[in-house]
Amino acid sequence: MSEVAAVLTLAHRDLIKLLRDRARIVSDFAFPLIFIGILGTSLQSGFGESSNINLLHFVFTGVLAQTIWQSTALGVISLLMDREQDFSQEIFVSPISRYSIIFGKILGESLVAFPQFIAILAFGLILGVPFTLEKIVALIPAALIIAVYGGAFGVLVLSRLDNQRQANQIFPFVMLPQFFLAGIFNPIQHLPWFLDILSKIAPMRYAVDLMRDVYYAGGPNVPIFDLPTNLAIIGVEFAVFMVVGTAGFVRAERNR
Amino acid sequence: MIHLDGLTKRYRKADRNAVDGISFDVRAGEFFALLGPNGAGKTTMISILTTTLSPTSGSATIDGHDIVREASAVRRIVGIIFQRPSLDMNLTAEENVRFHAILYGLYPYAPSYGLMPAAYREQVQSLAALLGIASELQKPMRTFSGGMRRKLEIVRSLMHRPKVLFLDEPTAGLDVPSRRTLWEYLTTIRRESGTTVFLTTHYLEEAEEADTICIIDKGKVVSFGTPERIKSDLVQEYVLIDAEDRGRLRDELARLELRSDGGGPFRVHVDSRHTHAALKAIDTPLTLVRTHMPSLEDAYLEIVGKVSE
Repeated sequence: MSEVAAVLTLAHRDLIKLLRDRARIVSDFAFPLIFIGILGTSLQSGFGESSNINLLHFVFTGVLAQTIWQSTALGVISLLMDREQDFSQEIFVSPISRYSIIFGKILGESLVAFPQFIAILAFGLILGVPFTLEKIVALIPAALIIAVYGGAFGVLVLSRLDNQRQANQIFPFVMLPQFFLAGIFNPIQHLPWFLDILSKIAPMRYAVDLMRDVYYAGGPNVPIFDLPTNLAIIGVEFAVFMVVGTAGFVRAERNR
Repeated sequence: MIHLDGLTKRYRKADRNAVDGISFDVRAGEFFALLGPNGAGKTTMISILTTTLSPTSGSATIDGHDIVREASAVRRIVGIIFQRPSLDMNLTAEENVRFHAILYGLYPYAPSYGLMPAAYREQVQSLAALLGIASELQKPMRTFSGGMRRKLEIVRSLMHRPKVLFLDEPTAGLDVPSRRTLWEYLTTIRRESGTTVFLTTHYLEEAEEADTICIIDKGKVVSFGTPERIKSDLVQEYVLIDAEDRGRLRDELARLELRSDGGGPFRVHVDSRHTHAALKAIDTPLTLVRTHMPSLEDAYLEIVGKVSE
């Protein structure tokens, strides 16, 4: 029971931190809006005619998935930065299990991602991305799955790093390439074989494809894999990331 | 209460042990000071004892619980004040305390202060009143001064009534008045709750209040005992004297029953109060008189300096 309370407390703290940090709110919302508003709109007005699909919708769904996935992944990785300062020192000496710390952090970062999901959705509506109410309702569980999946990826990365400096250094190698390998803005159906392998390894790809499965359900054939395939891959990867990541994290914590 | 047996820690990629086979005991209710220069291994030892770091070899128990095998039980009965403040600046003072209380399983989770059990609110209010910050409890942490933050950390660490309170250089970065009030507050706590206090410091004057001092350097125990014993061990007061006629002086010192050593110059072991009388009693013309009266601080530096050479 106290472990559940601890998980809720950790999640609560993350949400409070978001709400009281104005600079972070602005930067969290600015990037997706720039991608969709500027990149998505300009791609559609430039190449939209020659393409079979609406590129604004394509970029919108990609950025929606990417933002949620990356928000929880980076949020969990930030445990590293916290470990050396403020409240987290406190968390690590408290009698709660290391697993609760991980779960609390993933839950908290998922809660943090949710307002971003709502904001991007609202922005899409303003730009004229078509939605039905059923579609919005269907996107909510998809967003949750993507958030938790991103969190699990964060745990895996976290378990391999020693400090925040390393985390900042790996960003260009671990996060940035996935933007393009996951096909957020660009098509990935016809890649040269070496990029195709990398793309299939990139976990973010399945988050983006899952989001498109739900958004384009019954419409144009934009997603690469169908919903059950993406869910199955995400499910397996989630389990592997969590087990390997948490075990590595707990061990690395004490054997410095 | 605390028992260390050959505790050793070598960090990965380090060429020497940060903590090197340390053994000692701390009794329940004792005020124990671990003293040493920067890099002596104090924080490493606290990290091991509070279970956030695994020892390389050796073992330790706190209140009978093994720090490796029963880490969770140990965490439940210890409190710790870190070297670097561990408060969340985005939260209010009360939220910092509340989250601690929930993490330690003292109270069930509730999303706001008003929804917490009355017992919790009473405990927080009475602790806050004791510190004179009851009216500031709902204010953000970042409006608090350094001294107030430290006090709040102590309040927080005492919420779960730990049997052992670890303080890792708690006065670092505090001004003199804050340091003094913090000290008075700690003394009160100790008297009222009988908590065992394990302090690390590199300020000797802070350690002088302790029941037991352990001086470590380069991961090894250099001196251990009561402050009086450490003093008599470390501090040697003597007067260095010499004369043209050393034979006559030696005979005279023996006749006056003054304890001395050295074949000239002679070290005469008298404390500062009797130096004048001793010198007056000597008839032999002296060519050298030099008093050696180190403070405990000097003695500590001598010891620590000697070891690092």
